[in-house]
Amino acid sequence: MSERTNHMEYAEGMEQLDHTLMNEVISRMEAYDYNAFTSDDVKTALSHSTKSAEDFMALLSPAALEHLEEIAQAARLETKKHFGNSVNMFTPLYISNYCENYCIYCGFNCHNKIHRAKLNEEEIEREMQAIAKTGLQEVLILTGESRKMSDVEYIGNACKIARKYFKQVGLEIYPVNSDEYAYLHKCGADYITVFQETYNSDKYETLHLAGHKRVFPYRFNAQERALMGGMRGVGFASLLGLSDFRKDAFATGLHAYLIQRKYPHAEIAFSCPRLRPIINNDKINPKDVHEKQLLQVICAYRLFMPFASITISTRECQRFRDNVVDIAATKISAGVDVGIGGHGDGEKKGDEQFEISDGRNVKEVYDALVKNGLQPVMSEYIYV
Amino acid sequence: MMNNDKLIIGGKEFNSRFILGSGKYSLELIKAAVENAGAEIITLALRRAVSGDVANILDYIPKGVTLLPNTSGARNADEAVRIARLAREAGCGDFIKIEVIKDSKYLLPDNYETIKATEILAKEGFVVMPYMYPDLNVARSLRDAGAASIMPLGAPIGSNKGMATQEFIQILIDEIDLPIIVDAGIGRPSQACLAMEMGAAAVMANTAIATAGDIPQMASAFKLAIESGRKAYLAGLGRVLEKGGSASSPLTGFLED
Repeated sequence: MSERTNHMEYAEGMEQLDHTLMNEVISRMEAYDYNAFTSDDVKTALSHSTKSAEDFMALLSPAALEHLEEIAQAARLETKKHFGNSVNMFTPLYISNYCENYCIYCGFNCHNKIHRAKLNEEEIEREMQAIAKTGLQEVLILTGESRKMSDVEYIGNACKIARKYFKQVGLEIYPVNSDEYAYLHKCGADYITVFQETYNSDKYETLHLAGHKRVFPYRFNAQERALMGGMRGVGFASLLGLSDFRKDAFATGLHAYLIQRKYPHAEIAFSCPRLRPIINNDKINPKDVHEKQLLQVICAYRLFMPFASITISTRECQRFRDNVVDIAATKISAGVDVGIGGHGDGEKKGDEQFEISDGRNVKEVYDALVKNGLQPVMSEYIYV
Repeated sequence: MMNNDKLIIGGKEFNSRFILGSGKYSLELIKAAVENAGAEIITLALRRAVSGDVANILDYIPKGVTLLPNTSGARNADEAVRIARLAREAGCGDFIKIEVIKDSKYLLPDNYETIKATEILAKEGFVVMPYMYPDLNVARSLRDAGAASIMPLGAPIGSNKGMATQEFIQILIDEIDLPIIVDAGIGRPSQACLAMEMGAAAVMANTAIATAGDIPQMASAFKLAIESGRKAYLAGLGRVLEKGGSASSPLTGFLED
């Protein structure tokens, strides 16, 4: 591994943005000493009607765990104030699992021996028809990170097809330049999610051994480039369990907070993924991020940014998901298949990115929400 | 007196002065607002109402209720205008509530873009009801642009903070000869009552009822509060002393000496 490239250096063709915001996130994350926060700090944070970054730190601290019930109650109140009892539903559609990155924890990584596949336009359309039949109106298109196998034009075509069947189209693809985001926006996509995975750049370097994803700052600035390209909303996440989850969660929240200050119209979203076992490595697990800690992180996001959308992944089990949508999450996936080509009648073509824990179909999740007194919302978006 | 007390907007008469916002809709909320709060106008986010929806909000709005589609999702005048036209094409009628928001944190309306959209849509024959931050000059511009009513916010959407902008809304009520409808921020019936006592033409609420423990009861409480406030306004509030009693020896008594 002596040939590993400098992960802080841009590769050719990568658009470069100013690093002020990134440097602020990193330096404040590094200075965050969560053990310094006491129970009283947590109580003080809870008493503030608007939570500062300092309050957010307190809410993410180990001292906050003993106040988890109060924190959840406060988070629920904020969720109800901003979202009522609405919960948005969507499903991800993986159109390709080719990947050029070597991320040691991911099932799609280029050295993992799995069945690789890519859907052609006809297959994408069939998959989308099958998804639309379930009543969903929002789709999240995903690819492995290979520009070669799934270029921007290919993804753009998938967006155009998606616009025929869905009101809302989101993307979770490799980071691109702002002009490419503008193109994808024109094709019908309006939301971009990019997981930073970890904000600890040293740790990042040891986990992302090869591929363009190795370039830390290019990934960090993806949301900003997406907004410059006209995207309406941007999603942030750390993959909890990769590194120090408290610091990562703090950096994720602060990153989103600073982006919204810079781009006030940006719709902010959080995902809260924990590590999951993958094909050929069932030992991967989220270490010290247990359900309790995960709930703490989700509630802290909610209290720090009450207006943000929070997605709860099928990485989590039914019990956790059904409860957390009544506390802080506002978006839930259903009928999920993280392989390639699993929605229609045809055979699955490619393997999964990770193991899911909640395999319920759209109707089952819909019914569970209603039973829980919540209102499933299929779309609240109009493309203009 | 009350029987003839109609709310008139865009030439249409309403008996109820409660407008239901449906941003945080649940079907239970809509039913309660119509049955228990007597709502005759319900706002409808066009971005949520499209055919084929598993639970399309339109299916749950009773006939006889006036739909007030809104342009939520619009970030500038141009987008608001396009959404308004889509609403009309979708058969939602001529009423349109303009919401132009380019701030995802507080969801505060952009008054400048709102004026521009109002001007365009009023010319196209829409009954335009702009949601705005209470500023007298903007309210005058909206009136001049052809607005049918003015909808100032009481407090940020969903904040339940009540009449945080009370003084400024009072100025609009005093100065603008259009129905002033207090929108956003109303968290409890007493705040709705206050707005009506001040002379607001109607009150819009959503979160306060949507998140209540007992939705039908809260809907009913709002109805009573709004009617009560309206009655007080029409009756003319008596003199309210700021502090203590008047001085026993008048300050101007010396003039008689």
